Amino acid sequence: MRDLIYLTVILPLLGFLINGIFGSKIKNEKLIGIIGSSVVGISFLIALGAFFETLALPVEQRQKIVSLFSWMAVGNLNVSFAFQVDQLSLVMALVVTGVGFIIHVYSIGYMHGDRGYWRFFSYMNLFIFAMMNLILADNFVLLFLGWEGVGLCSYLLIGFWYDRKFEKSTVADASKKAFIVNRIGDFGFLLGMFLIYMTFGSLNFNEVFSRALSFNVPTYVFGFIAIFLFIGATGKSAQIPLFVWLPDAMAGPTPVSALIHAATMVTAGVYMVARTSIIYASAPQIMMVIAIVGALTAFFAATVGIVQNDIKKVLAYSTVSQLGYMFLAMGVGAFSAGIFHVMTHAFFKALLFLAAGSVIHSMQEEQDIQKFGGLKKYMPRTHITFLIAALAISGIPPLSGFFSKDEILWFSFANGGLFFWIMGAGTAMITAFYMFRLYILTFDGKERFGKDKHPHESPSIITIPLIVLAVLSVIGGFIGIPEVFSGEHGNQFHNWLAPIFKDADRKLAYFSMHSHTTEILLMVLSVVFAVSAIWFARYIYLKNPTIATDTAKRFKGLYNLLWNKYFVDEAYDAVIVNPIVRTSSSFLWKIADNKIIDGVVNGSAKLIDIISANIRKLQNGVAQFYALVMVLGIVAAFFWIILSL
Amino acid sequence: MNIEVFLFFLFGIVAAVTAVIMITRRNPVISALFLILNFASLAGLYITLNAQFIAVTQIIVYAGAIMILFLFVLMLLRPESQKKFFELNPKTKIFAIIVAFIVFAQLVYMIFFASPSANISKDVSKSVEAGTIEAIGRELFTNYVVPFEAAGFLLLAATIGALVLAKKKFD
Amino acid sequence: MTITIEYYLILSAFMFLVGVVGVLINRNAIVVFMSIELMLNSANLTLVTFSSFLGNSIGQLFVFFVMTVAAAEAAVGLAIIIAIFRNKLTVNIDEINILKW
Repeated sequence: MRDLIYLTVILPLLGFLINGIFGSKIKNEKLIGIIGSSVVGISFLIALGAFFETLALPVEQRQKIVSLFSWMAVGNLNVSFAFQVDQLSLVMALVVTGVGFIIHVYSIGYMHGDRGYWRFFSYMNLFIFAMMNLILADNFVLLFLGWEGVGLCSYLLIGFWYDRKFEKSTVADASKKAFIVNRIGDFGFLLGMFLIYMTFGSLNFNEVFSRALSFNVPTYVFGFIAIFLFIGATGKSAQIPLFVWLPDAMAGPTPVSALIHAATMVTAGVYMVARTSIIYASAPQIMMVIAIVGALTAFFAATVGIVQNDIKKVLAYSTVSQLGYMFLAMGVGAFSAGIFHVMTHAFFKALLFLAAGSVIHSMQEEQDIQKFGGLKKYMPRTHITFLIAALAISGIPPLSGFFSKDEILWFSFANGGLFFWIMGAGTAMITAFYMFRLYILTFDGKERFGKDKHPHESPSIITIPLIVLAVLSVIGGFIGIPEVFSGEHGNQFHNWLAPIFKDADRKLAYFSMHSHTTEILLMVLSVVFAVSAIWFARYIYLKNPTIATDTAKRFKGLYNLLWNKYFVDEAYDAVIVNPIVRTSSSFLWKIADNKIIDGVVNGSAKLIDIISANIRKLQNGVAQFYALVMVLGIVAAFFWIILSL
Repeated sequence: MNIEVFLFFLFGIVAAVTAVIMITRRNPVISALFLILNFASLAGLYITLNAQFIAVTQIIVYAGAIMILFLFVLMLLRPESQKKFFELNPKTKIFAIIVAFIVFAQLVYMIFFASPSANISKDVSKSVEAGTIEAIGRELFTNYVVPFEAAGFLLLAATIGALVLAKKKFD
Repeated sequence: MTITIEYYLILSAFMFLVGVVGVLINRNAIVVFMSIELMLNSANLTLVTFSSFLGNSIGQLFVFFVMTVAAAEAAVGLAIIIAIFRNKLTVNIDEINILKW
């Protein structure tokens, strides 16, 4: 089955082509949806088969390269369209195709009646194609192909309703913003790739990573490669400073937010850091940078999430914050913990978004939580699944979020120090708080919606995916039970991924000097924090809602700062965007393009015109003039002859 | 000074002077008459070169036929006399004269550079022999009979062409 | 002194250039034609000179053909001038310039 892994890439591409070319002619929505979903479903089954096949093999044989064709063979550069089936890519493949399949099925119901139905599924399939390329690639170039591809699909899908307004501007602007900010990160990624090729002479993962160990490369080169690649990751995975596109990406349909901006695309950066772990391990200062960026992003995004009133906005900032957690894990050397959190986060965040979509649909596209309230008796299934996801993300045991988040917190304490643990734990508290604020304002308490709204439970095609994801959010953590509990089994997830990171782990040489007791103590502390945050949220929003509004009035400045997301967008606009726009329109357009370039092109045409107008006058019709010219020619010819005599 | 030199200078100077006069007259009929004088002196030059046949042909064809044709056309068309020589376009005229002078200088230089008199000496008997009508005729009708016939065709074509071009249209 | 070949050649070159000047300067088309005849004659003189000095009759034979062609060309040229004169009532070259840009 591992040999068939390329099908997981080709089938979604096929789905894209079929729906893209024939979709507008197929009038049957169900057929489009079935085509779109089944290609992803079959890919999931193939990935599952490859997983079990790999599980049965001994550790040394677990990596397999499946090559389709040689893509570029120029001089020393040999890049093939080849896929690397190993423990890490299988985990990612299962998450992408599995969660992707669930979301596709959900979309069959959610996008019902939309006039671009076929376009939606073809774009979604294209996205799966690009994402699979990204995670299965065995070289940087194919990874970058997928990297750019998911950026493109993000643009296409965010701008799906391209003729609508969105907040202060348009949906088109939001999708452009996503693409452009992504591009800035991609530039950094490209620089990293160039440096890698210059240093190691290859772009193939196996070759580069073995040479990273054997070549004698100074640390600062590793540092530059690492920071450039990380810049790409901040763009793709919405970290400081390139996170600004993610909240705007909520302009797209909710399944898009669930798939791309929660579960898969935004985790591409985390995956990339995990894959190139040896490079990061060779540049410990950059790892510190990553950890700091991750911790700061996690904390500050969470603070912004407290005051947002759009249900999808809260979830968007929550995603940025959770991604910060993953990078914090990467930064302190807990690579498998970060990947573990990628997996569990995919489950509960996708669930949160899909449930939010269910609510939005039933409230007739209303997204303001101030107009919700008390929906739990109208939408029981959505309510229960949302609650499960909220508990998971808050880190309540024994749900999946508890295991992955606590592993990250433990390693940030053990490898990183108290500062990182405090940032992480603080973020966890705030996360629980805003999550339950969201839950209470939406499903609990008094009903604040008008008489025109008739909330109802969504059809099964929507609620069954919710239930599946809820089950996964509950049981998904059990494969990552830490050593303290599972004893000699060890952390199964960690052991599965350990061979991928063994070189990096050896280089970093962390040794866990802390005892089991500290670990359990910290675990208990974080649960206490989470429960108290939940209780606090209930106290305010359920029992005394006026506390919230009074605090907002009293600390108006702080509230404004948070509500306007620290004015980051405005700062970027003033410092970067507006100067560029003004330079472009005043100088580059009017002068460089209009005057200089057009001047040269038109000018050369005019020059020819002038020359020809003057040469034309030579033909004045007077024969004697021609004779004179002939005589002049004779003079010249004679001179030439005389000179050669 | 022997007769050869005297005859050359006589005929040569007349030829040169009449040529210059020819191009500077206002009245084209006067130009034609001076051209006839030029042709006559050329015929004299041919005699000094022992080319009897050519000399006679020159008088018969050129002075006798072509120039008469020119005079007929001149009298038929009666073109008005030109203005004084240097009145119109003096600049062009001077420029043309200067250019022609440059070419003349180049030609003289080339002639003297080649110094033909070092390589060629006149063999009088041979030149007399070459100028006779028998010698020319022998060559004309044996080796060069094709050009001869072609010249005949050319004259036929010219005759018909001149007829067609110049006749009045029948209304 | 003897008359060497250069004398004849320079005379013929002079006549040729007088003819060129005549072509370039005159405004009456018929005088231009006469200048052309002058040029042809100077070429004839050169040919005959070489024929005489080399003792070869080929040069004079060629003069024969040149005269033939000159005669034909003069006839046809004058016929054209007559035709133009019928239409434009002038033989002034400056006014016969309709074949221009």
